[in-house]
Amino acid sequence: MFRRKQKSASSAKDRLQFVLIHDRTNLTPEQMNRLKDELLTVLAKYVSIDGQGVNISVEQDGREQRLLADIPLKPAETLRRR
Amino acid sequence: MAAKVITVTSGKGGVGKTTNVANIAAGLALGGSKVVCIDGDIGLRNLDVVLGLENRIVYDLVDVIEGRCRLRQAMIKDKRIADLYLIPAAQTRDKTAVSPSDMVRLCDQMRPEFDWIVIDCPAGIERGFRNALAPADMVLVVTNPEISAVRDADRIIGLVEAEEKGPALLILNRVNMEMVKRGDMLTPDDVVDLLAIELIGIIPEDEQVLVGSNQGVPVVFDQKSRAGQAFRNVCARLNGENVPFMDLEARPALFGRLGKLFRGAAD
Repeated sequence: MFRRKQKSASSAKDRLQFVLIHDRTNLTPEQMNRLKDELLTVLAKYVSIDGQGVNISVEQDGREQRLLADIPLKPAETLRRR
Repeated sequence: MAAKVITVTSGKGGVGKTTNVANIAAGLALGGSKVVCIDGDIGLRNLDVVLGLENRIVYDLVDVIEGRCRLRQAMIKDKRIADLYLIPAAQTRDKTAVSPSDMVRLCDQMRPEFDWIVIDCPAGIERGFRNALAPADMVLVVTNPEISAVRDADRIIGLVEAEEKGPALLILNRVNMEMVKRGDMLTPDDVVDLLAIELIGIIPEDEQVLVGSNQGVPVVFDQKSRAGQAFRNVCARLNGENVPFMDLEARPALFGRLGKLFRGAAD
């Protein structure tokens, strides 16, 4: 009985969460996407990345922001063949 | 006495900053403190009308700073409360007539004589904001549960931190509990989550606030008004009292509903 379509206040909160992260870090969504791409390119030089499970985001932690990167790695070739 | 300087700011205009300054200053004075408030919005003078002191202005803030009058002469004494004074903004000048160091000097001059100095900061993040922030010991950020006001409040909170005047405290103004209950207004918890600063006041939307402004009598004088009570609570918290936040939702609505239920049963 509590399931309803999203109320306007909760969409305000979601939108604010998004916009405040970009305001506080001075990063546009476009720059954020480039950051992710470049980060993955650099990492791929050293390890093999499982692109499916990659999750990179900026999260709010009190008044501070943190860049969280969850990047699953593929097993090394040698290990896989065994 | 060594006054504490409170700067009340918001970023966005129209969220009720001046109303908050008038009510907090009057409320602190009602509680027995000696209070002076300064209208920092040069060129857009307003605190005088909200306090009902507009007819008594002779000198203003810029007159004091430029030495055309003594500090005493620019302080308008409120006749309704023992120790409430106003230094009005100049109306015919702009913000560049005052510098941050002028404000620091002025406040330092008044500190020994007062318990509180409350500064009404103009909207925006330019000179007027820096003037109002410079002497602050404590910063109150006023916002509404409205997307644009919350965003601007976040900017201001960041700037206050950058100036090492933080952490700012939050006043959430004009909360409409009917809308909150319907899910159509951000709740106080939502706003605190987003801004990540401590709350010092939740002011319910209340028609008496406008009625008070119309008459030049801040609503904090009105014993029956909920907004008045909320402002008195803010003042008590400023004085270090641990006052719980008013239960904005439940009571009137619950009683209403129960009342209906009983009436229904009786019918």
